[in-house]
Amino acid sequence: MVHFTAEEKAVVTSLWNKVNVEEAGGEALGRLLVVYPWTQRFFDNFGNLSSASAIMGNPKVKAHGKKVLTSFGEAIKNMDDLKGTFAKLSELHCDRLHVDPENFKLLGNVLIIVLANHFGKEFTPLVQAAWQKVVAGVATALAYKYH
Amino acid sequence: MSLTKTERAVIVSMWGKISTQADAIGTETLERLFSSYPQTKTYFPHFDLHPGSAQLRAHGSKVVAAVGDAVKSIDDIPGALAKLSELHAYVLRVDPVNFKLLSHCLLVSVAARFPADFTAEAHAAWDKFLSVVSSVLTEKYR
Repeated sequence: MVHFTAEEKAVVTSLWNKVNVEEAGGEALGRLLVVYPWTQRFFDNFGNLSSASAIMGNPKVKAHGKKVLTSFGEAIKNMDDLKGTFAKLSELHCDRLHVDPENFKLLGNVLIIVLANHFGKEFTPLVQAAWQKVVAGVATALAYKYH
Repeated sequence: MSLTKTERAVIVSMWGKISTQADAIGTETLERLFSSYPQTKTYFPHFDLHPGSAQLRAHGSKVVAAVGDAVKSIDDIPGALAKLSELHAYVLRVDPVNFKLLSHCLLVSVAARFPADFTAEAHAAWDKFLSVVSSVLTEKYR
């Protein structure tokens, strides 16, 4: 189980409070679909995903990205119990959505890059390290109920 | 996996920006690697890994310069990195999983320093490019 120090929690929360969840969510999901095109397999009904600009501008991608990142926000509020927080979502991703957990790692790393892109210098190696723990913890929690 | 013409153009263009801060990016990439993935430090027991150490800076420069070599010979990356490929296979023997970690940290550095230029398209091309470089470097492992 991943353990966060008080400092890591502070660093993560402080950055999160400055994140525009709608924008960052759309950006992260969009980049996932652009950089790792095979992930588009889960989004056949999203319409035009034929080019990078189509994907990044796609309203369904933006809406879903916002949904995903909003849920991520729950993780930030419950860093001491990620498995409990994501138990239901884990079951959903396994039983209904049939998503390979590898994708959680891909999205986590894309989110890190989006944060780096947005925050620049502020996204120091130490800040990144704390966030890598968060995304790894979320990925593990989302895979936890798989069977 | 091979790079399309468009991807090559994007990669080369982005390198134009990266090369202006090559040494700093190299050092920062390694700092990010060692902070986020402490297990990678096991390959450097002989190094002073404190941020800003001379060894870290020298090694960071080396790594980014090699990436630059691959960009400059983007039509023949295996040729350009042949010696490095042998070095990694027979001498360094860095476990292949670590190339993804290093690549990720390099992309984070670039994203942080060039927010406007590091578009989704550039991100995709560079992720693919670093994946190709990593494949070349591990090609002779077994």
